[in-house]
Amino acid sequence: MSQYYVLEFEKPVTELEKQIEALDAELAATPPEAQAAIVRRIDDLRSAHQQTLKAVYSNLTAWETVRVARHPKRPQSRDYIEMICKDFVELAGDRRFGDDPAMVTGFARIGPHKVLIVGHQKGRNTTEKIACHFGCAHPEGYRKALLKMQLAAKFNVPIVTLVDTPGAYPGIGAEQRGQAEAIAVNLREMTGLRVPIISVVIGEGGSGGALGIAVANRVAMLSNAWYSVISPEGCAAILWKAANEQTNTAAATALKLTAADNLRLGIVDAVIAEPLGGAHRDPNATARALEQWIIAQVADLKRLDGQRLVDDRYARFRKLGAFAEQADTQTPLA
Amino acid sequence: MPDPAQPSPQPISKDKDMASNNPNNPTSTPSRAATATATWQEVKPTRKVVVSEGLWLRCPACSALIYRKQMEANLHCCPECQHHYRVGATQRVEQLLDAGTFEPLFTNLRPTDPLNFRDLKSYKDRLRSEQAKSGQSDACKAGVGFIKGRPVMLAVLDLDFLMGSMGSVVGEIVTRAIEGAQDRGIPLLIVSGSGGARMQEAGLSLMQMAKTSAALHRFQSAGGLFISLLTDPTTGGVTASFAMLGDVILAEPKALVGFAGPRVIAQTIRQELPDGFQRSEYLLKAGMVDRVVPRKDLRNEIARLIDYSGR
Repeated sequence: MSQYYVLEFEKPVTELEKQIEALDAELAATPPEAQAAIVRRIDDLRSAHQQTLKAVYSNLTAWETVRVARHPKRPQSRDYIEMICKDFVELAGDRRFGDDPAMVTGFARIGPHKVLIVGHQKGRNTTEKIACHFGCAHPEGYRKALLKMQLAAKFNVPIVTLVDTPGAYPGIGAEQRGQAEAIAVNLREMTGLRVPIISVVIGEGGSGGALGIAVANRVAMLSNAWYSVISPEGCAAILWKAANEQTNTAAATALKLTAADNLRLGIVDAVIAEPLGGAHRDPNATARALEQWIIAQVADLKRLDGQRLVDDRYARFRKLGAFAEQADTQTPLA
Repeated sequence: MPDPAQPSPQPISKDKDMASNNPNNPTSTPSRAATATATWQEVKPTRKVVVSEGLWLRCPACSALIYRKQMEANLHCCPECQHHYRVGATQRVEQLLDAGTFEPLFTNLRPTDPLNFRDLKSYKDRLRSEQAKSGQSDACKAGVGFIKGRPVMLAVLDLDFLMGSMGSVVGEIVTRAIEGAQDRGIPLLIVSGSGGARMQEAGLSLMQMAKTSAALHRFQSAGGLFISLLTDPTTGGVTASFAMLGDVILAEPKALVGFAGPRVIAQTIRQELPDGFQRSEYLLKAGMVDRVVPRKDLRNEIARLIDYSGR
């Protein structure tokens, strides 16, 4: 598998991949009677490759996970829509200011279900990336998402959101048009939608910008995604007063941002396993796993009526938080 | 009306709060300079808050030399230019409510360290030192009281405690205040002043944004009045949740209010920010707040708004 972009810790893996590719080429140029030896060498390399991949990926640090979640080859919302959805009808615009390409919305079919898809889009090439602000949505993106979700609720269509953003866009226009207000209103209004809402963090779950489309009945993360209140760099810059490889690593670890950590804290309900070596190595297999989980959740939640769904979602978020409740109120401190 | 059957859960702490808020005792005003350096998220204060413990101080806005007691008697505003100093939660409660009517609630909630978070300093140590410095257990004070005879549920974020950042305790107190206002059928007033969600509780802090907003959905759908008062500074996850969800949003003059801090924005776009960017008056023009209200008029304005809501 050739890649333009190689993560530092993936180097032993890509080394082996290069060797396999070279041998494959050699094999093609070799007469059939002499191929057996090369095939054996390829097989050996392949098993070494699998082992190395397993060794690397079963021991990713939190910061390495963040790097995988940002891998440029990692599938994005539009990729999953292509791989999972049938009859995608994209819907654009917030009817107030404009259309934000960093937020994709539209009706689609997933398995037997009609759904509304809402997803952050980072952009696959430079032009797209710039248009999408690298997945950082503006207020119009959040308002567009809410408008379409309200439309879906009107027609009793379940909502599936795919979260993949480093955070909401910090800029002059975004502030002027009420970035904070747009996200806040989404948080509040998603609470009241009387249809199933399912969210999956497929890559980056950066802060309020992620949560702004993730107030769901069920929330999952792909196994190499991250989800937290701030990016490791942002956290390192503030608390460690410097963002570099070392502080980013420390911040990523401290933030407990991995899928396993979030599951343990009750912030997400499930972790969807990516294929060995991450979603970017096998987008199709990842899409199948994602599809299966979504179909199962929609089927499950469709059994509940509107009020039950609203109550279920409220209860899910109401219980989140960790604090001590002291019987002795006279002790002022923890 | 506040439920008369509801016992005041913490008479001792109430007394203590009153004592520590004696305006004639300048040494009881905790230094806010140390707080600003602790977990200040992204926003660099453009002016220094009250630093000096002395009797006299120089107004950062008009440079007048002012007498501290006079400033404090003037609702912590400069007597010369009305520059609004930041005030802690205890003073804020005193300034807003009818004297002696505050009945604190939810005072038994204590922060924990769910993630065992450690940056250059451990979160446990930070909590301990903030608690020792402020005498508060976390960054939010809530309770019922009266404004010009009108009952309100009041929650105030406290900039003196880890920059008013929202972790689990703040989120829980705000949520209970919202629920409490709904149960009692009284208006809700939340005074925000915060650096945003608290990084040391990471994902759990983030979830408080959804929790408080969800509670507001219930409260506001049921006809409750929520007045949100934005003070200097209100940023990040607090702005992007309950602070911007007021039925009416008021802001103190020149308060910095935004989603991202000005430093982050300047770094992202690599441009100078416009004059007065993200200040109350700018937000008023942008249509993001209803009114910019000087501190001295807050009680009147809030009382009038409560009357219009018919509750």
